[in-house]
Amino acid sequence: MSNPALLELICPAGSLPALKTAVDNGADGVYLGLKDNTNARNFSGLNFDEKSLVEGIRYAQGKRRKVLMALNTYPQPATLSRWHKAVDTAASLGVDAIILADPGLMDYARKTHPQLRLHLSVQGSATSYEAVNFYRERFGIQRAVLPRVLSLAQVENVIDNTEVEIELFGFGGLCVMVEGRCLLSSYACGDSPNTFGACSPGHAVRWEQTPKGMETRLNGVLIDRYANNEKAGYPTLCKGRFEVQGETYYALEEPTSLNSMDMLPEMARLGIAAIKIEGRQRSPAYVAQVTQVWRAAIDAVKKNRETFKTQPAWQAALAKVSEGSMNTLGAYYRPWK
Amino acid sequence: MTLPTLHLPTLPRVLSRLTVTIPAWPFTPPTSRAFAFAANLAAWPSLRELDWSHVHGRHFCVQVSDIGLQFFFTLHAEGFRAERRSRADVTFTATSADFARLALRLEDPDTLFFNRKLLIEGDTDLGLTVKNMLDAVELETAAAKMPVGLGHLVLALRRLALKD
Repeated sequence: MSNPALLELICPAGSLPALKTAVDNGADGVYLGLKDNTNARNFSGLNFDEKSLVEGIRYAQGKRRKVLMALNTYPQPATLSRWHKAVDTAASLGVDAIILADPGLMDYARKTHPQLRLHLSVQGSATSYEAVNFYRERFGIQRAVLPRVLSLAQVENVIDNTEVEIELFGFGGLCVMVEGRCLLSSYACGDSPNTFGACSPGHAVRWEQTPKGMETRLNGVLIDRYANNEKAGYPTLCKGRFEVQGETYYALEEPTSLNSMDMLPEMARLGIAAIKIEGRQRSPAYVAQVTQVWRAAIDAVKKNRETFKTQPAWQAALAKVSEGSMNTLGAYYRPWK
Repeated sequence: MTLPTLHLPTLPRVLSRLTVTIPAWPFTPPTSRAFAFAANLAAWPSLRELDWSHVHGRHFCVQVSDIGLQFFFTLHAEGFRAERRSRADVTFTATSADFARLALRLEDPDTLFFNRKLLIEGDTDLGLTVKNMLDAVELETAAAKMPVGLGHLVLALRRLALKD
């Protein structure tokens, strides 16, 4: 049996140049999606068609890196065949694993392509070892990406009670983290990540510079107004400022980014299989910057967990590309249970 | 549109005033013609293979805030076409330095957006489409199809900037 995976660096690829950039800068694997709503980064012009997918797989696997395909939205009855075809495409082109959220699709994948490795998407929203083991028993998943609501103590509890590999988010934009169950954007535009494949579809977003500041609207609903020089976030409802009982503030969540780098030694001790970097919607320049920093950090922690120290230059590089004005350890560091 | 305070060399300030004081040009501005000409020469050879059919005829405006220049154009099967100053379907606003960093793939548009250095007004989906289609073209491929010397210059500038 080969060594179990430990702190593999999994980077986002929204395009072929982003994929090559991730590989060239030290990613152990990339994750990507097709050009439709079978994945949760369904933006115009983004993602892979079959031609670029073939080239991407050839490039990554040629350098012994993995290609994981996200099929992490929930199939709709009228278009189920699109998701089935996507699973078939992934299997026939030889991706290393597919990342799924929907149990029905897992069932299809397992029965149709039993050799295909299955990962449970964060959109599957499994926060306990019971849930993870359920997917293991029924569908044979080999890795689970845990939602970002757990403390590391809770992650440890999952790891201690399952043979499924665990992948955690390391860096990237945060949301309200009701992953796989969030319908918030539906209130404004009728679409949600589970069905459309994006929280705030481009067709519903409008930015406008006004004398009062830059206004962000989602399907006509004003969700934020930024003063000049105030940092901006993605145009999602959860990061909007709303008037609540006469006071206007971030009522749900403010624009911020997760950065769990300080927790790497603990993640190594727990045996976390992989660290995922968020951002398939972003450009190759971001992929290069973030992959370089996380490659260096993971190499350092693998070399010596005890002496690992986050470098100020790494944090500065990450802060520069972060959404919002701050980084946070999120729920990972939480002394209470 | 409120533009940041301008600290300009003499010539661009003159151009800036021209674009601000003449609200509707009766003809295609020479700046837009120059932009379309340069874009067709430098970028179109690597972009022509992409499927632009769904953006044909849509009006774009690139607004360079620090020198007050605006470029109006549309995309067609034969390439970029300069347009009269008009209401664009989507407008991109940034400084010349930030546009240069985007073109050299040194900066991520979302990073610039978070830091309020890039503004996309109008049809966001159209803007995203173009941004993502451009991202899907490798800079090395694009540079190889540029006129002799220009591609080498672009790649050299990028290497130089990465060293900083």
